[in-house]
Amino acid sequence: MSAAYWEHFPHPADMGIRGIGPSMEAAFEQAAMAMTAVTVDPSVIAPRESVNIHCEEQDAELLFVAWLNALVFEMDTRRMVFCRFVVHIEADHLTAKAWGEGIDLHKHEMLVEVKAATYSELEVRHRDDGLWIVQCIVDV
Amino acid sequence: MEKKKLERRGPCEWIAQPTGAMNVPVILFADEGLLKQMDEMVFQQAANVARLPGIVIASMAMPDAHWGYGFPIGGVGAFDPDEGGVVSAGGVGFDIACGVRALRTGLTVSDIEGSKAQLADLLARRIPAGIGSRGKLKLSMAELDDMLSEGAKWAVDRGYGTHEDLRFIEENGRMAAAKPQCVSDHAKKRQEEEVGTLGSGNHYLEVQKVTQVFDTIAATVFGIAENDVVVSIHCGSRGLGHQIGTDFLPRMVKQAKAQGIDLPEKELACARIDSDLGQEYIGAMNSGINCAVANRQVLTHLLRQAFADILPKARLTLLYDVSHNTCKLEEHDIAGRRRRLYVHRKGATRAFGPGHPAVPAEYKHVGQPVLIGGTMGTASYILVGTTEAMTRSFGSCCHGAGRAMSRTAAMKQWHGTDVIRNLALQNILIRGASAKGIAEEAPGAYKDVHAVVEVTEAAGLARKVARLEPLICVKG
Repeated sequence: MSAAYWEHFPHPADMGIRGIGPSMEAAFEQAAMAMTAVTVDPSVIAPRESVNIHCEEQDAELLFVAWLNALVFEMDTRRMVFCRFVVHIEADHLTAKAWGEGIDLHKHEMLVEVKAATYSELEVRHRDDGLWIVQCIVDV
Repeated sequence: MEKKKLERRGPCEWIAQPTGAMNVPVILFADEGLLKQMDEMVFQQAANVARLPGIVIASMAMPDAHWGYGFPIGGVGAFDPDEGGVVSAGGVGFDIACGVRALRTGLTVSDIEGSKAQLADLLARRIPAGIGSRGKLKLSMAELDDMLSEGAKWAVDRGYGTHEDLRFIEENGRMAAAKPQCVSDHAKKRQEEEVGTLGSGNHYLEVQKVTQVFDTIAATVFGIAENDVVVSIHCGSRGLGHQIGTDFLPRMVKQAKAQGIDLPEKELACARIDSDLGQEYIGAMNSGINCAVANRQVLTHLLRQAFADILPKARLTLLYDVSHNTCKLEEHDIAGRRRRLYVHRKGATRAFGPGHPAVPAEYKHVGQPVLIGGTMGTASYILVGTTEAMTRSFGSCCHGAGRAMSRTAAMKQWHGTDVIRNLALQNILIRGASAKGIAEEAPGAYKDVHAVVEVTEAAGLARKVARLEPLICVKG
């Protein structure tokens, strides 16, 4: 199986998000979709404008959480939601583009805001079947 | 949770002696029923906290404890700076000083019956709530720094409330240890338009009635009686607090080794209190507390305006304001010695007993009011701190019902519109938020708040004063 996909996993108070893909980049992109889906159904978001994101960390796990938290920052300060992501990772440096639009309550049925991505249940793993799996708990 | 690793110390207290790298025991406050409901992860997380350097007496979990991130939610841990103690950004959590504020209204239920729907609609319009909402204020960086230094006083000085309000907020609404220069521009940027906003998730503004008084003396001292209308606000430090956590967690993870700290898991990220990073976090976190109380103060002003427009007879006075995600420097008597400790309360409420100097003069002989948030459909409680809690739990107790079911499971089980309809049948008006957001917060997704409060009282951590039931709930 080479398709990339995302899923949620349960946590009693918060939410677990997971991205799976054929590369670490694809898994990071899918996890961003999973995080979006905590707040709003990604299928109702239009990719009208894009935002560039850069972050750096000393290892892949910290980089994963930094990527999600950079998105949280953009969502919060721009009042935007995102539905499409392209991620490039070189060593410990990530550059990405996220496409989305401003929050429109008539169009976007909002669920709950993500306060931050946490290090709880954090994993960045290259599985034996060749797929990358990345996950953590997000605080809502 | 399995009982076999625990030894029963009383009807509502269990202890697990330290094993492996634990420095102190784990103490859980629960009866058989709540213990059974508690996730194994509560014990695991409390045992991880017991491994952190400089922890004193025990790593504790309150009766509403559930699996959190890093610390359990409902976790209490006190650290001695003179014994290599740490301050943990994960231990405070992202919603720094999330808390509850309760206000008396001077009204009884019959006063608002005719205008309940009108009041609900007006509150929903006036109180910025939910994702993407903006506050009425837009602050410059300089104004933000003033707010972070001065806390609720900053809001009062700008006309949001009265100086009298300040005396009924923990630390009079201002943490003197705040250092706005330790808060990043990113964090400040997130707060520019979020002062005076409720947020989302489990945050709410609720108009409630006092349905039962358990302790007439304390209730009289707190100025409430049966059938009174009160208002409770549950919210925190918004984007600024969240970003402080986001900024400090990776820094603490990366410095841990150099500081000689073996982190049981990354989310317990911490730094020695006597280190530069520890001090920087303490300066930032205290600024976060000031942000949260300023936020609740501005919301109080909006609330008072709304009441004045519909019920001019109302006089909204502050009963008390508690924060339940904090780390505070406090003095505690440990084995006959007065010690200065940094007490982390993550999803736990300070519950100082009678005579404590931090309790407002009016309440001093009964103890601190402790405000326990419930769910939209059940009840909230006002408790009072006890002398016993000072020796058993560093003057701490529970903070709410605590979730019993994940959001995913709640969404599968309920539809928001059904939840709203069922609550309307109980004469509870729900406003704001989306139907799906309401389903995630359905009352059935929470533990039984009554059981949590009963156990808190039986464990001696606080005493019941009054039960409050919702009339109107504005959800974030």
